[in-house]
Amino acid sequence: MTILVIAEHDNKALAPATLNTVAAAAKIGGDVHVLVAGQGASAVAEAAAKIAGVAKVLSADNAAYAHQLPENVAPLVAELGKSYSHILAAATSNGKNILPRVAAALDVDQISEIISVESADTFKRPIYAGNAIATVQSNAAIKVITVRATGFDPVAAEGGSAAVEAVGAAHDAGISSFVNEELAKSDRPELTAAKIVVSGGRGMQNGDNFKHLYALADKLGAAVGASRAAVDAGFVPNDMQVGQTGKIVAPQLYIAVGISGAIQHLAGMKDSKVIVAINKDEEAPIFQVADYGLVADLFEAIPELEKLV
Amino acid sequence: MKVLVAVKRVVDYNVKVRVKADNSGVDLANVKMSMNPFCEIAVEEAVRLKEKGVATEIVVVSIGPTTAQEQLRTALALGADRAILVESAEDLTSLAVAKLLKAVVDKEQPQLVILGKQAIDSDNNQTGQMLAALSGYGQGTFASKVEVSGDSVAVTREIDGGAQTVALKLPAIVTTDLRLNEPRYASLPNIMKAKKKPLEVLTPDALGVSTASTNKTLKVEAPAARSAGIKVKSVAELVEKLKNEAKVI
Repeated sequence: MTILVIAEHDNKALAPATLNTVAAAAKIGGDVHVLVAGQGASAVAEAAAKIAGVAKVLSADNAAYAHQLPENVAPLVAELGKSYSHILAAATSNGKNILPRVAAALDVDQISEIISVESADTFKRPIYAGNAIATVQSNAAIKVITVRATGFDPVAAEGGSAAVEAVGAAHDAGISSFVNEELAKSDRPELTAAKIVVSGGRGMQNGDNFKHLYALADKLGAAVGASRAAVDAGFVPNDMQVGQTGKIVAPQLYIAVGISGAIQHLAGMKDSKVIVAINKDEEAPIFQVADYGLVADLFEAIPELEKLV
Repeated sequence: MKVLVAVKRVVDYNVKVRVKADNSGVDLANVKMSMNPFCEIAVEEAVRLKEKGVATEIVVVSIGPTTAQEQLRTALALGADRAILVESAEDLTSLAVAKLLKAVVDKEQPQLVILGKQAIDSDNNQTGQMLAALSGYGQGTFASKVEVSGDSVAVTREIDGGAQTVALKLPAIVTTDLRLNEPRYASLPNIMKAKKKPLEVLTPDALGVSTASTNKTLKVEAPAARSAGIKVKSVAELVEKLKNEAKVI
């Protein structure tokens, strides 16, 4: 049994979600190979070779893979994947974009966003916005799976010494091209990898008020998230959204401020170790999942909290 | 150009589902069903393309039980021109649905196929990508903006760090994210008119598609419940608990 893990990266650095995906691969058992498809991504391949437990790194360096266009990357993964028992990718926007295309090319069903490995062919995954957990068995010759990063503790980024092997195959379908990218700039930790997350909801009233959360987050070394209500109201950009349709986080501490706790939001954060809710409505559903609840006006509580931590 | 929109009948997003006692699935008996929210956005986008004069015909397709005709009628009331139901009583996997949609695409030859990015029941986020692979088309997933010009479509996609724009040759597949648009409501006159619009019923057999699956759901359980927390009286007490009891700061 050999497992192919698709590395998540931006051609410069390996994304942490790759380490969680390798951890899932290690639970399945067998040799783990990592594919780095990109352009000028040799630093990523070297980083992948150092991951504990990785036996081999395949480096496909080609202009066609520069922006991870699925039309070009999926045929490569499908071709290489034929000699593997499992193909895994992190359930990031890239992984979700590419892997189903690979599964269809290989004519197998995919299993999305697994949160645990029961055996080499059986996995658990949340359905209905996390309101039910399904145990799914696959009898496909090649099991194609995306991995929810928060379900697996990352393996060590150092300690391995895998060989890097260049892959010559170049697939350019010629039906898609990259135009541009606008990335939100932030000095704070990445939302899905942060140990502490402070999130604001509709109760923040406007985008300007998020400065109170930023101040608190900076003091805690936390990332700042938001509910869909806050994003839809235009308070903050949408890549801050935590929930079923946004990011899934499971930090040590999640502080929900002015968030009522709709099921779509809970689906994105209810696996956090400790949940704190600050809301002036004591009937808000968020208090049903919060370990510590404080019924208070957030505009008084947040500055005070910032002072005390 | 012709636009094909795929819609799914799912449990209404406001319903809190319950797992069946025998762990065979979730209890959907007597539960309110609706069009998947991402599919509503897909229909809305197609209608807007028609209003702009880009699309000439909107065909809406659903794959599922006879009752999915309700969701197709809703789409017709929102502005779709005609509907196709591929009737199947089974619970189909995304790959099976993608294969059936591929057969419909072959038959209808649309220039653009719009789907939702994921269905809120299975939470798979696979069908659009799989259809793109099977048909050999480009894919613009998690779209927040769609602009057709000539023989290509520019799709702005929501990605983890922000937004990315790709250009795809037509025909192409687009899957909708929440921010693409705000779906309209169907007006009563349009609901009445929709009853007269054509709705064709097909079967997987008639399309020559096998819906066999390599996946099997062994059981469905309720998620582990969180133990009830406590309410603190002050910010000072909260900080004290976080430091000394939970030890997270």
